[in-house]
Amino acid sequence: MSTETKPDIDIDRSVGDFRYDVDYAFDAGVGLSEATIDYICDVKGDPDWVRAFRKEGYRKFLEKPMPTHWATKDLENIVFENIRYYLSQGQVPKRSWDDVPEDVKRTFERLGIPEQERKFLAGVEAQFDSEAAYSNIKAAVGEQGVIFVGSAEGLKEHPEIFRKWFGKVIPSGDNKFSALNSAVFSGGSFIYVPPGVKVSHPLQAYFRINAQNFGQFERTLIIADEGAELTYMEGCTAPKFETATLHSAVVELVAMKGAKIQYITVQNWSSNVFNLVTKRGIAHENAEVKWIDCNIGSRLTMKYPGVVMKEKGARGEVVSIALAGNGQHQDTGAKMIHAADNTTSNIISKSISLGSGRSTYRGMVHVPKHLKGCKNNTECDALLINTHSRTDTYPAISVRGQGNAVQHEASVSQINSEQIFYMQQRGLSEAAAMSLAVNGFVNDLVQQFPMEYSVELKRLIDLEMEGSVG
Amino acid sequence: MSAPATSTLSIRDLHASIGEKPILKGLSLEIPKGEVHAIMGKNGAGKSTLAKIMAGHPDYTVTSGDVLLDGESILGMEPDVRARLGLFLAFQYPMEIPGVTIANFIRAALQARLPQGEELEATEYYAKLYAKMDALSVPRNFTSRSVNEGFSGGEKKRCEILQMAMLEPSYAVLDETDSGLDIDALKIVSAGVNALRGPNIGMLVITHYQRLLDYIVPDKVHVMSDGRIIHSGDKELALKLEAQGYDWVEKEYADAQSAL
Ligand SMILES: Nc1ncnc2c1ncn2[C@@H]1O[C@H](COP(=O)(O)OP(=O)(O)O)[C@@H](O)[C@H]1O
Ligand SMILES: [Mg+2]
Repeated sequence: MSTETKPDIDIDRSVGDFRYDVDYAFDAGVGLSEATIDYICDVKGDPDWVRAFRKEGYRKFLEKPMPTHWATKDLENIVFENIRYYLSQGQVPKRSWDDVPEDVKRTFERLGIPEQERKFLAGVEAQFDSEAAYSNIKAAVGEQGVIFVGSAEGLKEHPEIFRKWFGKVIPSGDNKFSALNSAVFSGGSFIYVPPGVKVSHPLQAYFRINAQNFGQFERTLIIADEGAELTYMEGCTAPKFETATLHSAVVELVAMKGAKIQYITVQNWSSNVFNLVTKRGIAHENAEVKWIDCNIGSRLTMKYPGVVMKEKGARGEVVSIALAGNGQHQDTGAKMIHAADNTTSNIISKSISLGSGRSTYRGMVHVPKHLKGCKNNTECDALLINTHSRTDTYPAISVRGQGNAVQHEASVSQINSEQIFYMQQRGLSEAAAMSLAVNGFVNDLVQQFPMEYSVELKRLIDLEMEGSVG
Repeated sequence: MSAPATSTLSIRDLHASIGEKPILKGLSLEIPKGEVHAIMGKNGAGKSTLAKIMAGHPDYTVTSGDVLLDGESILGMEPDVRARLGLFLAFQYPMEIPGVTIANFIRAALQARLPQGEELEATEYYAKLYAKMDALSVPRNFTSRSVNEGFSGGEKKRCEILQMAMLEPSYAVLDETDSGLDIDALKIVSAGVNALRGPNIGMLVITHYQRLLDYIVPDKVHVMSDGRIIHSGDKELALKLEAQGYDWVEKEYADAQSAL
């Protein structure tokens, strides 16, 4: 195998759209079969229980139909036989950027990851195609007993915690894509925060797709033990390819009694990516799980972060921003399952559709009859930027029993040409005016983000608007 | 730098329509820097249309004539290019921009005037913004309110003048800046406008009340009717219009036309 790397790169205006050639030591080839799964298990040295888990996931994947009876027909354009399910240079993530191979390191440097790590993060994991290339936490955080490693390392080194929760929040057969992920998962993070430990700076993972026709299937499991607190942020990019790329992650969160988990996503997928992700958290007594989810880019995103409020006093929150640019479809929402008394959930969703972009909100709030003192608040606001834009709202709220309160508000607004003219008259270009209006629309949500991410989000919105005007 | 003759905002025989409907029908006007001109006219005369056409509103079509800013035709330019060249319009009906604070809005507008790669200096910016707000009696907490959202009529107009003060245009068109103002607000806004008068700015003040012209005393007054300037004079003309109405000017103009 040659170690020579070609210097040719494609640069586009948008930050994530570039690609360096890389040599892969491990390649499961194209298409999916039992043999593909065995290859992955062998390369990764999976224990037997993981091999069995994968095989079961594969069976369920084959059994389950595409959810096109409720979701978009575009799903049928995913050609599973054309996808490469595992690609890596090696499976051991490096603890120092100096040890990360040059061809991979320069990608992350260009995305600014090592710099962000120095500035404001407690730990970073950087995944390149199937495996983490780098994973490290600050010494002070590690000394408190916090574990932050790749999922492969998690299942091997910490099976007593890992196995207890893995696949329990989201069973492999939850849906077709969680089944697929269960069959071929690779990469993602495993985090454990011991009782009472509050991690003050965010832990971050960055997921980078580099290869064409590739499927990225990371699997993340985060456990905050009693009274523990953490914020986890994930960023994702891929270069723009002619053919479809698949990203299908599963993320499971477990917040024990009194724990708090905040999970922030700022994704900026290129417009060839099918992004079909299952995310759910369990909140125990008085615990809180909060998803902050920003979906920018991709061809199709289907993602409905959920919280199961399993014990009394638990809280669940989903704050989401979706921007559907030309040709994109953001099908996002939230699932709130109230399973104990006095549980509270809050959903705030803002979507922006521009050009031929399409936004769909699907919300599910479930409060069974026997519960008392449960509350849900749902707000979803859509902003349309031109006449072809489309937005749909499908709230499914099933609340039974007395003494439970639900509030639902929805609005649709437009940026009109008089507003744009007004802003242009002040000297802002049409694109800048649009960006400003869009940023204004999401402003109250962005206030909730850590500073660095709100800056990043603003920049992504600016890029998206620049690309769609003119 | 430029010869005095080109330091003007010059409107030459402008014809414009919306859809098939002609609204401006051969309007000419010359506003040199350093002067304040007023346009008076009844509702529907085409005053706001003129202002919006100068600013480049996309709904109107200029069928003939020209608008020159310091000698350069601006008609082919995007609205934001005209603005950055120094043209400012205080809107009769300012738009609301939800979620965008006044501070961020003006800052973005100033930033748009800087060369690529140059960042607006935040401390200086806020110092200037607060000074101008104080002068216009705009409470400081307005900086964090969304542009025009939930503002009273008077607050909107003050906010327009605040933007003008911050952007320092070379030509400003003020469209009915007095409407909706009580007398105290009118005095504040007028003082704000007067503070900006000087040799480096030409102003066109549009109104249909002469009341405003007691406070912003114009160098010239023009009467607009049915898409044309039908009469021009000095500031005394405003008083005469107030006392006698517009009928006599329209009649004089009609007589003059039929005599041709
Ligand atoms: N968008 C429009 N569509 C159709 N007619 C318009 C439009 N804007 C203005 N007009 C017409 O143009 C004429 C001039 O309007 P305007 O410029 O607003 O007058 P003024 O500001 O002097 O009151 C009026 O007859 C008005 O009805
Ligand atoms: Mg008007």
